[in-house]
Amino acid sequence: MVSYIIRRLLLLPLILFGVSLIIFGMLELLGPDKLVSVYIRGPESEKVAGAAERIIKKYGLDQPLPVKYAKWVGNILKGDLGWSLVGKQPVLNAILSRFPYTLELALWAIVPVVFVGIWLGVVSAIHHNRFLDHFLRVFAIVGWSFPDFVFGLFMILIFYSKLGWFPPGYLSYESEEIVRSAEFMKITGLVTIDSLINGRFDVFLDALRHLIAPVITLAYLWWAYILRITRSSMLEVLRKEYIRTARSKGLPEDVVIHKHAKRNALIPVATVAGQMIIALLAGTVIIETVFNRPGLGRFMATAATQLDYMSIIGGALFYSLLLVLGNLVVDVSYAIIDPRIRLK
Amino acid sequence: MVKKEVKRVVKKFFRNPTALMGLILLIFFIIVAILAPVISPPQDPDNPYRIPIATWSLEPKPPSPQHPFGVIGQRDIFYGVIWGTRTAFRIGLIVAGVSTLIGITIGSIAGYFGGWVDEILMRITDIFMSIPFLVAAMVLTTILGKGLDKVMIAMITFGWMATARLIRGNILQVKEEQFILAAKALGVKHFAIIVKHILPNTIFPVIVQISMRMGSLVITAAALSFLGLGAEMGYADWGTLLSYSRNWLTDFEKSWFAIVFPGTAMVLFVLAWNLVGDALRDIFDPRLRG
Repeated sequence: MVSYIIRRLLLLPLILFGVSLIIFGMLELLGPDKLVSVYIRGPESEKVAGAAERIIKKYGLDQPLPVKYAKWVGNILKGDLGWSLVGKQPVLNAILSRFPYTLELALWAIVPVVFVGIWLGVVSAIHHNRFLDHFLRVFAIVGWSFPDFVFGLFMILIFYSKLGWFPPGYLSYESEEIVRSAEFMKITGLVTIDSLINGRFDVFLDALRHLIAPVITLAYLWWAYILRITRSSMLEVLRKEYIRTARSKGLPEDVVIHKHAKRNALIPVATVAGQMIIALLAGTVIIETVFNRPGLGRFMATAATQLDYMSIIGGALFYSLLLVLGNLVVDVSYAIIDPRIRLK
Repeated sequence: MVKKEVKRVVKKFFRNPTALMGLILLIFFIIVAILAPVISPPQDPDNPYRIPIATWSLEPKPPSPQHPFGVIGQRDIFYGVIWGTRTAFRIGLIVAGVSTLIGITIGSIAGYFGGWVDEILMRITDIFMSIPFLVAAMVLTTILGKGLDKVMIAMITFGWMATARLIRGNILQVKEEQFILAAKALGVKHFAIIVKHILPNTIFPVIVQISMRMGSLVITAAALSFLGLGAEMGYADWGTLLSYSRNWLTDFEKSWFAIVFPGTAMVLFVLAWNLVGDALRDIFDPRLRG
């Protein structure tokens, strides 16, 4: 297993190098003239005589490609991702200050995704080929076909415009005042946790009220997916010899299913967990825009429409880094859970 | 052999009720796309994808006999939904077609030649998969300068990897079969072996994959249009139509029709492809059947 992990770690720099090449290549598509104008849109203080020359020199824009790439990577490694027009601050700060909002939304979505999805899958497998199973399969395929942002628009239409229950946005005006005030300690940056630490249950409930609709929108798509995986792996496990043994020695069906079958059936579900967290994070790009929530996703979407190239390039680097590291963690932990993988 | 396989597939397909439902939906959309000029005659035949201005007032108007799906952003929603069907087919077929061709090429080269060629091509595939698809498509579209054609280029650039992996895996399986070794022994050229002997034996899973991807490709393109990166304002495209509703969401009476009609069209279109793809996958891969 150690050699597997080492091989996987050795691949990491290669993948990151490749990703940086692709993103650098996309930036190069802008052409030299546009690049200077992109870099020069810095803070006002930089807009002095000779700024263009200084920027051309700093980023090596007049140099051959390899040199230019080296300077670009060098700046990134130093944490200099350029200036964000939309955020009116350095790109790195803009990304880091918005990421907690996105993380909070994605983390909240994981809870219903995993629990409801697995539960539905187990129910479907137990009722194999009976009405409930057919019903859930139809539900899964319809759910899988519902584009997330269309679903989100329907949610707003019904639960906000019609019923007035779950408003879009992040917090109500009053709660936002409280969160902005000096007494409110910001420890984690996640408002649902910070409000509990500060003992402000009203803010916590208000945050939840704004979270429900986007969380369901992010989650339902994965219910369909997790349901399918859990169902087929449950069906496979239920046919195994050891389940027959468990039943024949007279164990109650409940124990057979939840203690014996479910544990082994959940291994394939664990493999998609990492992929799912990444997809949830990427899914927030459009969901945050639909629900008008602050966060990295909406920042990216706004930056794209405003042609704020530095911000979207920085965002793409950030999301890719998350994806690569996420996959690494999943692969390594999967090798630890399932011995069949590491022996290959 | 291929002919027999097709017969088997058709027979199984028609015995599956959900597959039939998907097929009927799909045929319905194909008919709508073909008959678009009859159902909604364009005012300007040279530019049919531009939804004509229905009113000069900015206020959305609920459905009426004259505008059965209502009016939003000064445009007739019915016209946009009908012609948007053509846009959806065009995006889906072009992106799925071209990215599949790229995937087949890369996958067959990697699988057939193996060794370091395989190693390099598969690592490149890994790298392309390390940028989230929506983010990658968004960035490339923005840099290329917005528009539906740019969206398609971006989705093709980051959409070929799954096919490449699939084809490579299949070729690795077929490669050692007797008939391939025989063809090699007879001195048949590499290219001819791949195209004539290997690909026909791996093509069915690719067809399944295309039908499964059609829906998600149309969703991604619509999402980019919704964000304002895809089709320009006034273009007959479901995502663009949906984006008009953003300014009126607080008022149910002024926005429901702008979401319900284009939204339902999209859901049914994606559902049709998913049902067909799902049925085909069940037929080709019996392990997944319950």
